Amino acid sequence: MSHTVTPAISPVERTTVQHTAARRGRLLIVAASILLFAVLVLQILEAGGVTALGLVSWRSLLFAYIFWAVALCASQVMIRGEAGQRAVFVLPAILFTVAMVVFPTVFGLYIAFTDWNLSAAAGRRFNGLDNLRALFADVYFWNALLNMVYYVLSVLVQYAIAFGLALLLNTEIKARKFFRVAFLLPLMLSPVAVSWMIGKSLMEYRFGPAATLARHLGWDNPAFFSTPWLARTAIMAMDAWVSIPFMMILLLAGLQALPSEIKEAAKVDGASGWQSFKEITFPLMLPVSMTAIILRIIFQLKLADIVINVTAGGPGGATDTVSSFIFREYRDRSNVGYGTMLAEFYLVIIIIFVALILKGASRWMQREN
Amino acid sequence: MAITAETSDKPGSLWSRRPQFLTTSLLIYAALVFWAFVSLFPIYWTITTSFKTAVNVTQGHLIPFVDFTPDWRGWRSLGLSPDTILAPSTVRDEFLRRFFNSIVASAGASFLAVLIGSLAAYGLSRFSYKFLWMANKDISFFFLSQLILPPVVLAMPFLVLYKNLLLLDTLIGLILVYTLMVLPIVIWIMRDQFDTIPVELEQAALVDGCSIWGAYLRIVLPIALPGMVAAFILSVILCWNEYFFAALLTSSNAKTLPVMVASQTGSQGINWWSMAAIATAAIMPLVLVGIFLERYIVKGLTAGAVK
Repeated sequence: MSHTVTPAISPVERTTVQHTAARRGRLLIVAASILLFAVLVLQILEAGGVTALGLVSWRSLLFAYIFWAVALCASQVMIRGEAGQRAVFVLPAILFTVAMVVFPTVFGLYIAFTDWNLSAAAGRRFNGLDNLRALFADVYFWNALLNMVYYVLSVLVQYAIAFGLALLLNTEIKARKFFRVAFLLPLMLSPVAVSWMIGKSLMEYRFGPAATLARHLGWDNPAFFSTPWLARTAIMAMDAWVSIPFMMILLLAGLQALPSEIKEAAKVDGASGWQSFKEITFPLMLPVSMTAIILRIIFQLKLADIVINVTAGGPGGATDTVSSFIFREYRDRSNVGYGTMLAEFYLVIIIIFVALILKGASRWMQREN
Repeated sequence: MAITAETSDKPGSLWSRRPQFLTTSLLIYAALVFWAFVSLFPIYWTITTSFKTAVNVTQGHLIPFVDFTPDWRGWRSLGLSPDTILAPSTVRDEFLRRFFNSIVASAGASFLAVLIGSLAAYGLSRFSYKFLWMANKDISFFFLSQLILPPVVLAMPFLVLYKNLLLLDTLIGLILVYTLMVLPIVIWIMRDQFDTIPVELEQAALVDGCSIWGAYLRIVLPIALPGMVAAFILSVILCWNEYFFAALLTSSNAKTLPVMVASQTGSQGINWWSMAAIATAAIMPLVLVGIFLERYIVKGLTAGAVK
């Protein structure tokens, strides 16, 4: 509330007040930094076995960091006044994200270059580039990466279906609200529940309704998870079932934002439904389509839950995603060092891939305009 | 019926266009009903299966009361059927604990994310920052880029970190991870929300002697509330359904509902009806959210994507 008090203080006094506040602020942040550093040193000494203060965990460092973060915010206000007040809006989110992401990523890089199996007695051991070499020789990892290509491509099919549904919902229909809610519901469901509901019961070989239906349609042996391509398609279908609503909602919002005059003009000019879609609706929808597809691809790259719970990667790794493969590396083989190397390698691939997509999309959009 | 009204004043085209219009609308409704069936049947199947006995499952009976009599067996095994609801039940206690954990983890993380996320979004929407080489656009990108991080990259370091911080298998630990997970989405939604609020409102408040924070808390927050609700609901949904981190970072104490469902699917001896009952109980809260708060979900999903 600095504005309300300012009129009472003359400019000279005001600057002195500001000066003292700034000095206190600087003192505070220096003290907090010293404290944080001291705790860090103490903890390292303790972990190295030099001192024995009875610190069982690194928790005191966590508290020191929280205190430091609060002190940083407070000192910003004290030193820089209104500019500091503005900075405090973004500081909490930045400090939180940095603490939660930067440390794990850096530490992860370190783990990636160690030979560390939780079930082995040996503990952590630096092994240089061995993990990377093992990675390049690991057929199952490359297989999972190839599967990711298929899964990402399946986003385009999802997009086509979602666009169709959005167009349907955008026409003059009765009970639109009902259809919209019904179409949206799969998005609400947890992939784990979906893997039971669809993967393990609807598609169950003996009694599942999907299998029964397939038998009626003349398919003698509807084992959905027996051959690689069949299993992959089944996983894609489940994934599509959950995620089509997401794209549908985005595309529907895009369709509703389109100016209606343009379509009417096309109708007056005698364009058929297909022509007006191809020449007008689709090009106008390109930006929204791009956003929807890119967001979906980013989420698709993390696909894991359904695969873990339905097929656990089988048959023979045909449905494995990179995430589910690494998950099993952690959970079943306790192979932390190697698993982390796979994860970091995958992260690099993802970053390059997404950056290329974003670049390509923005260049393409520019050319279109 | 807008088109028939239009065409009726052109007698020549009436007979040529009307049947076509009818078939088109018939096709549209057929497609809509078909997809509604695709969307709803698995949910219907799960709910009805929780009231089935073994015979009904193996013979593929589908419609309750018509071709099978509902039976409380699935819910009894969960301790949630009318005759067992008052009796002590370890399964129910276990289930309720997981349910409660899921609520605390998702609500806590969403609250934290909306709190710091909307602050950051407001700052990014209104002020221009300069932090080293990073301007507003770069800071926004920094937050959004967290979306790309796959959980596998963070999972192992978090496991080690949490072990040392004694946060493994605690709800606090889970809340922190989930906050990190939904923060980019919350910032994305809230920045879009704040961009639509005219700056003049706050400027008036500032002239009247409010500080920046006073203007934010008293003027902007009440207007931005629908957006915050949308962001909150969307992140509750994401956290409620999260499985990967929960499976790796919790073991007994802080286990959430998806982990419980997954562990039941894995065990061979489990019956269909009790599995269906668990799955139904796990999806029901979100199905209800989807039905009653659909408006907010759509608002949250479409924020920023459609200009």
